[in-house]
Amino acid sequence: MADTLLRIENVSKRFGGLLAVDRASFVAETHRITALIGPNGAGKTTLFSIVAGFLPPTEGRIVYDGMDITGMPPHRLARRGIARTFQIVQPFIGLTVHENIAVGAHLNRPARAEALAAAADVARMVGLADMLDRPAANLTVSGRKRLELARALAIEPRLLLLDEVLAGLNPSEIRDVVPVIHAIRDRGITIVMIEHVMQAVMSLAEHVYVLVEGRIIAEGSAQDIVGNPRVVEAYLGHGAAGRLAAGGGAGG
Amino acid sequence: MKGWAPIGLTVAALAAVPLFTSSNVVLNFLVMALLIALVGQGWNLLGGYGGQYSFGHSAFFGTGAYVTAILQMRYGVNAWVGFCIGIAAGALVGAAIGALSFRSGLKGSYFALVTLAFAEVLRIVASVAPVTGAGVGTLIKLDLRPEVFQFQSRAPFYWIILGLVAVSLILVRLIEGSRFGAYLVAVRENEDAAAALGVDAMRVKLGAMTISAAITAAGGGFYAQYFLFVDAGIAYGPWISVEALLAPIIGGIGTVFGPLLGALVVKTLGELTKLVTGDAPGLDLVIYGGVLVLVIAFAPRGIAGLIADLRGFFKPSLAAAKPNPDRGHG
Ligand SMILES: Nc1ncnc2c1ncn2[C@@H]1O[C@H](COP(=O)(O)OP(=O)(O)OP(=O)(O)O)[C@@H](O)[C@H]1O
Ligand SMILES: [Mg+2]
Repeated sequence: MADTLLRIENVSKRFGGLLAVDRASFVAETHRITALIGPNGAGKTTLFSIVAGFLPPTEGRIVYDGMDITGMPPHRLARRGIARTFQIVQPFIGLTVHENIAVGAHLNRPARAEALAAAADVARMVGLADMLDRPAANLTVSGRKRLELARALAIEPRLLLLDEVLAGLNPSEIRDVVPVIHAIRDRGITIVMIEHVMQAVMSLAEHVYVLVEGRIIAEGSAQDIVGNPRVVEAYLGHGAAGRLAAGGGAGG
Repeated sequence: MKGWAPIGLTVAALAAVPLFTSSNVVLNFLVMALLIALVGQGWNLLGGYGGQYSFGHSAFFGTGAYVTAILQMRYGVNAWVGFCIGIAAGALVGAAIGALSFRSGLKGSYFALVTLAFAEVLRIVASVAPVTGAGVGTLIKLDLRPEVFQFQSRAPFYWIILGLVAVSLILVRLIEGSRFGAYLVAVRENEDAAAALGVDAMRVKLGAMTISAAITAAGGGFYAQYFLFVDAGIAYGPWISVEALLAPIIGGIGTVFGPLLGALVVKTLGELTKLVTGDAPGLDLVIYGGVLVLVIAFAPRGIAGLIADLRGFFKPSLAAAKPNPDRGHG
């Protein structure tokens, strides 16, 4: 039990007539990077939203750190150490980069000065140090993705859920961010990442789950997954084979 | 400490006014402007910083006014004590309305309409309930002694309302620099993102509404002592809800000085209108509406935003001048 930080057990989510997640189960081992891949509309983001407390599951349960957290509200899960980034970035538009990150840093630091100092440290780590005083509204796509990451890191999470933080970045930006994610893992943070950029999955993930139409259809190492005909077929069926074949080099 | 000097200077300058004039017209004008600044600061905390636009701040103003008046006249409570209980009662009403509306997930215009509805219900109840004096209203007995919050001249009233405004300025400045303030603004900007960072949006909004209501109730209690009369239309009427939001929006929403700036401008415009047109009823509202449209169209961040923009306009030109030695020594 001690080695499993997160365990998703038979979770389903129904939106009216649509079964977006269908009895999905997976585990995230402590201090590791686990990837969740799958075609568009597979239910990946929905699954994250359930884990982070933004959506209640229709059935199933979520166990975090040995405790059933199903149905707990997001702010309480954040306080327990679960951080998520949003696939569609959600910056505090009217605030500066520094203020954005400080909101996260405040979780463990009531004093403004300390929160701002901690926020500056986090900004340095994700490569936003030069943009602290910029309004979040003026950031590029890559800047906004980094800001999502920085804010989540600022709460000093134990579990970090990354929803396509590399989407929309160009190859050189991806090459910049991949080591940042490695560094986060090396700090002892457990990561679950949703990612379409296969190159990044290959270089980062120690374990991969494949979600298709709400169901986990395969799991294993990144190499196993790429060679798995069921996975290839799932992607081909959705016209996403190109992304796989190209190895994600020009991904996003 | 940075940020305190403007508050100190402004309050000191305003405090000196009665030393230069004893004109009742001037003092009366400033008392009303400061009253609106106070009530507007209450609205600003919830609406400007928290993004929760209330159309019903009269609910808190009226509660402060009625509780102050009724406790004195019906229960013989000292006016100052009644005033403090009025503030607490206003806070309680704020917490109650906040709990009901935020728990049911009301946002945006729904929240605005529900606050308006609560204020209207209170107005109707106050206009029929015996304890409020129903349609007749509640008169506070004239007794010009400071112990009972009544004064011979206007100057003490002026300093009291200025003191209340000063407290509200300091309070909002403190909140701005606190974790609560950061969370409040985060909730305004994006509730989901805030929740993901551990912010209990519900509690933050409720806290803001409670403090907001307390500030506004203080304005109501002051009003009762100043005019010695309260009725349902004054206490819970829409006029005060409108002025409460007009002042901060015109002055600069979500800024410490916005409500004060806006209140001075709005009240000045109101007086000018009266000078030009006499006392044509409702015309001041037409002017307010026009100003509001202009501000929203051309200065969405209000006068405070305009000032900041002007500063920003001059600053870069100074910075640009620096590296040029010719200009530097010219
Ligand atoms: N709040 C909602 N209400 C109704 N349907 C929803 C809702 N959220 C998601 N869905 C649907 O559920 C399915 C899964 O969506 P989800 O966003 O989880 O997919 P995804 O795997 O993250 O896809 P992508 O790779 O495009 O991000 C989709 O068909 C989507 O339209
Ligand atoms: Mg998604």
